Amino acid sequence: MKISIEGLNKAFESRVRLGIMSALAVNESYDFSSLKEFLDVTDGNLASHLKALEKEGFIEVEKTFVDRKPNTRYIITGEGRTAFEEHLKALEKLIKSQK
Amino acid sequence: MKKEQDYIRDIAEIRTMMERSSKFLSLAGWAGIMAGIYALVGAFVAYSIFGFNPQEIYNPSEEPGAEFSKVIFLALAILLLAIGTAILLSFRKAAKKGEKLWNPTAKRLLINMSVPLSAGGILLLIFIWHDLIGLIAPLSLIFYGLALFSAGRYTFKEIKTLGLIQVGLGLIASCFVEYGVLLWAVGFGVFHIVYGISMHFNYEK
Repeated sequence: MKISIEGLNKAFESRVRLGIMSALAVNESYDFSSLKEFLDVTDGNLASHLKALEKEGFIEVEKTFVDRKPNTRYIITGEGRTAFEEHLKALEKLIKSQK
Repeated sequence: MKKEQDYIRDIAEIRTMMERSSKFLSLAGWAGIMAGIYALVGAFVAYSIFGFNPQEIYNPSEEPGAEFSKVIFLALAILLLAIGTAILLSFRKAAKKGEKLWNPTAKRLLINMSVPLSAGGILLLIFIWHDLIGLIAPLSLIFYGLALFSAGRYTFKEIKTLGLIQVGLGLIASCFVEYGVLLWAVGFGVFHIVYGISMHFNYEK
């Protein structure tokens, strides 16, 4: 896990990743197509960011079948929640320190 | 290196994304205003044309009341009209923001409202069956209020207050059954309009 001097997590540098983490932090789970619609990104773009977050251990994938169609749901892990909260705290701290 | 404004923007963006992903924000203020108008017209028609104004909780019907079945049809028509208008206006609001109306937040909102609403609906049918006509207006206020209160977590939080007001009016109406139709008109009519107007000016201007 790469963390900058300011305490910002490198894994959350992109807008799409912040969006994914924000959505998963306040919802039990989110499926791929809803996330795609919510963030207004392409399949490939979203998939690569999801993969990266999964690799970090910040999100979990749950594959099920709904009406025989594959349905992929994403859930935030405990580790992911902590990392995201730390990131938010670091952001807030930076704003305060620069005032 | 990023500047302060960038961090502020990051945080603001995270906050909006959290809200947008967990709350149904396409509910249009105009839907409330229109629902209120329908309710006022409906209450007026039921009261002054069909003479619907139960004075007691228990109203044994000697002959099957043709007027009363008209009141039920009127109520169903108003319900469908209000729901239809809400869907249409919310659809337009969602389209304006470039979003789809049917998303996980809409689904959760409906599931959470449907439990108190269907329980209330079935109970009302049972009460009609037992000629407890005087409790129809108070109970519809109470169950609708409970549905709005539980919807508050999944949409604009102001809807919780509207729900509590409806529950309060329903409880008062249960004590003073003779004012049931009047209080129903205040709850479903006046307060919907007040809510709709305040939402329109707070969020859509």
